[in-house]
Parts: sequence; structure tokens; C-alpha cells
Amino acid sequence: MDIPGDLKFAPSHEWVRVEDDGTITVGISNHAQEQLGDLVFVETPEIDHQCEAEEGIAVVESVKAASDIYAPVAGKITDTNPALADSPELVNSDPYGDGWIFKLAPDEIDDIDNLMNPDDYEAFAEAAE
Amino acid sequence: MGIHTALHQVHLDNAAKLVNFSGFCMPLHFGSLLSEHQAVRDSAGLFDISHMSVLDVHGSHATHWLRIMLSNDVAKLDDGKAMYTCLCLESGGVIDDLMVFKLNENHYRLYLDAARREKDLAWMNAHLTRNVEITEVSGNAIIAVQGPDSVNMASAAFGSMGLSRTLTDMPRFTAFADGDWFVARTGYTGEDGLEITLPANQVVDLWKALAAQGAVPAGLGARDTLRLEAGFGLYGQDIDEAHSPAESGLAHTIDINDDDRLFFGRDVLEDHKRFGGQYFQIGLTLAGDGMLRRGAGVQLAGQSIGEITSGSFSPTRASSVGLARVSRKFDGGCDVQVLQNLQPAHITSVPFVPHGLARE
Repeated sequence: MDIPGDLKFAPSHEWVRVEDDGTITVGISNHAQEQLGDLVFVETPEIDHQCEAEEGIAVVESVKAASDIYAPVAGKITDTNPALADSPELVNSDPYGDGWIFKLAPDEIDDIDNLMNPDDYEAFAEAAE
Repeated sequence: MGIHTALHQVHLDNAAKLVNFSGFCMPLHFGSLLSEHQAVRDSAGLFDISHMSVLDVHGSHATHWLRIMLSNDVAKLDDGKAMYTCLCLESGGVIDDLMVFKLNENHYRLYLDAARREKDLAWMNAHLTRNVEITEVSGNAIIAVQGPDSVNMASAAFGSMGLSRTLTDMPRFTAFADGDWFVARTGYTGEDGLEITLPANQVVDLWKALAAQGAVPAGLGARDTLRLEAGFGLYGQDIDEAHSPAESGLAHTIDINDDDRLFFGRDVLEDHKRFGGQYFQIGLTLAGDGMLRRGAGVQLAGQSIGEITSGSFSPTRASSVGLARVSRKFDGGCDVQVLQNLQPAHITSVPFVPHGLARE
């Protein structure tokens, strides 16, 4: 699966896309969903929750294990993906598109620059295996 | 990552995610556990179970010896019949759960857990008597084809390989030997199906013939969610040496009808069969989202009463189900540790799934 060129990545395997309105959309990478296997539950964060960078704010559960999802940067949660309650498998089938998990308004948009670009992330993920 | 089965290349060709399972390199899944699970419930799935331990028991004292070693009574078997049983210690604790097939009065075949192979052999060899021989059956592969369409598919697959054998009217829980092949109408999924033991150099052809009929390759991940839905225990999780069969949902494997049959653990097993043990197995489902996971504590009104022994997701019910061992009987609800919280859970009758053989 190709990684869309406009994404940035955290070492904990979350991807970030900066939207036109300055909010960011967050999900987990294809590498991460492959490691987890079929997801059966996704626990999304509360809207308006103010999170710190690297705070555990969501949980994805596969048959195998539960895995925490971390806020890639500090900010306030603005939206969560309503489709995941009935169709958690979207994270597996379309991790960079319909499988998005939440959106947040970053405290500092420049914090995104500290994240990895797709090539660096691919190398990182492969080395981690 | 473990011993390759004869189907290893086929698994690679099917993009299996391989894992080490009891020293064997086995498919965990072929892309989607949930799809594979569904295929078994809806049509047919195909499993490589070549890791299982297979023992032949031969001799004029074979029946006599197995009646001493096993919790269930092989004396009630006709030729060709299968029976599920435990192999117990003197304490009544379970060394392994297994399927025993009677070929004739002097020949039985046992299928045991891969993970317990050494322990089983050590125990049996330590208690061997005259006129009984146990032989590890090697050189074979084993395939399970499971699901409502599985036996029809197997009949067609056998036909396409030039083997004529009517499988569809085989009674369940029976088996036959045909040359080097051993075909049993048994399984671990709660569905109709077959478990076929055959020479390793023929298994690739049979696998491909079954896949050509539409059987879907399925891995150990789906095998686990299927068996849990069907209410079957797994040794090492739901069943262990510290608990009797009756304390592990297996009271039905204890046969005390013959007062004169002395067998390992009889005293404790008879007592537990009549009056129950210290623990009971129950089925639980979570009221809300989240997963019951092995080791999670079970509480009743704030008191710890036991733990989840096997927990997973039931795709058929779209919720988590689990088997638990608890020290107290109760009705209705309890609380279970789910991640950081206590969540309400309900007692649910086992098997969990209303479809397939599980509810017949």
C-alpha cells in the first residue's frame, strides 16, 4: 500500500494529515494495522478533550491485543470517526482514508514539523520489525 | 520460526502470516481472521493441523490399559467410534484433553495437543503395562475442513483425486482408515467437518483439491475464535494440571458408570462428578464494547471469585465472549476487569453460538 505523500508520522505509528482549516486528521499506519490484525473495537477520544503530546487518548482492539493510540501533538479533539463504532475494520481496509480515527486542533501547528515524512517512516517501520 | 509442515510452501503462496506455535511454523491467518471465521460458519474453511501429536496404541491389553489411563470409558466404543476424554493425574488434574478413536479392540489412535506431546508421552510411558505398545505416528500431515459445505466439498475433492468414498453418510464422531489415510468426522469449530490424516507427500494435492472446491484457507487465529464460540476449551488456558475435568467444563468426560473401573484420578473425579469441584466453568459475555481477555479478574459484589481462562471476540455475536473459572455459582451478572475498568458481564450458556453443530 502506498503512503500518501502529504502525511507525517509519529514513532508510535500514528499518521497525521494537515487539513485546510488547520486541524489535523489522525489514524494509524498500514504497518500498524497489519501488526494488529482485524480490529473489533475502536475507542475514540471525547470531543473537546485537551490532550498533551504523546498522551494515550484512543484504543484499538484486535482479537489479539489492545493497543493505545497517542496524540501526535498537543491540542483539542474536534471530531471522531462515527463509522468506526459499527465498522472498526475500516482501519484495516483503508487505514489512510475511511479508517481515520480522530481530528484535533493543534496548540502549535509547527509541532507537526517534528514528525517523520513517509520515506523516513517506512524505513523506521521496516527496521522495527 | 519452527518446524515446517508439508504445506509450508502452500502457506507462503497463500500469503499466510506465519507464527511459531508449539515449535511449529503455522499460519496465524491468511489476511483476515474475521473472514476466515465467517467462511467456516457459512461454507467451509481449510486448516493445517499437522502439528498435532498422534499416537497409536496397540496390543491385546490396549482396551484394558486405556480404561486405566483415561477419564472416559473406551469400553463403550464400537469399532470406528471417537470419544473426547481427559488424561488425568492421580490428583484428578488434567495432563491433556484428547480425542481417542477405536479402530478395533487391540488398536486405538489418540490425537493430543502439540504443546503437551512430551508430557503426555512421559506419563503414558511411565505407566505402560504388558501387552500394550504406544507408537508415535509420524510422516503424516493433517488437514481439517470445517463448515456446513465441508463434507460435500471433501467428497468432490476425493472424487477429483480418483478416490471413491461416500463421506456424506459417515456418522459424526466416527472415523475410517483407508490405506494410509485416516478420515474422521470430527472437529474443533462447532461445525460439521472432517479431520484427515494422510501421508505428508499427498497433503498438498488434497489441500489444493479442497481449495478448488471452494474451501477457504484459515489459520490458527480463526481456529481459536471458532472453538471459543463453540465452547471448547484449550489446554493451558481453560484446562490444566491444577484442576479436575469437572472444574474445567469437562465433567462429561468423566465416566463412573462402571464401579469396577479403576482409573487415574477416579476418587477425585467421582467426587467431583457427583458433587462438583471447588471451581466451576461459566460462559460470560460483556454487556458493552470491549474484550474479555485471559487472566482478567471476575468479581461478584466486589469480591474476587475467579478469572477469565479464555476470552476473545465472537464474530457471530459481534461481541466478546469468554470462559471463566469461578469459585462460586451465581445467576445473572458479575463484573470483569476490562483494561483499566470493571465492566458488567452476563452469564451466558455455552456454546455461545446458535449456528452449526454447536447448538444441535
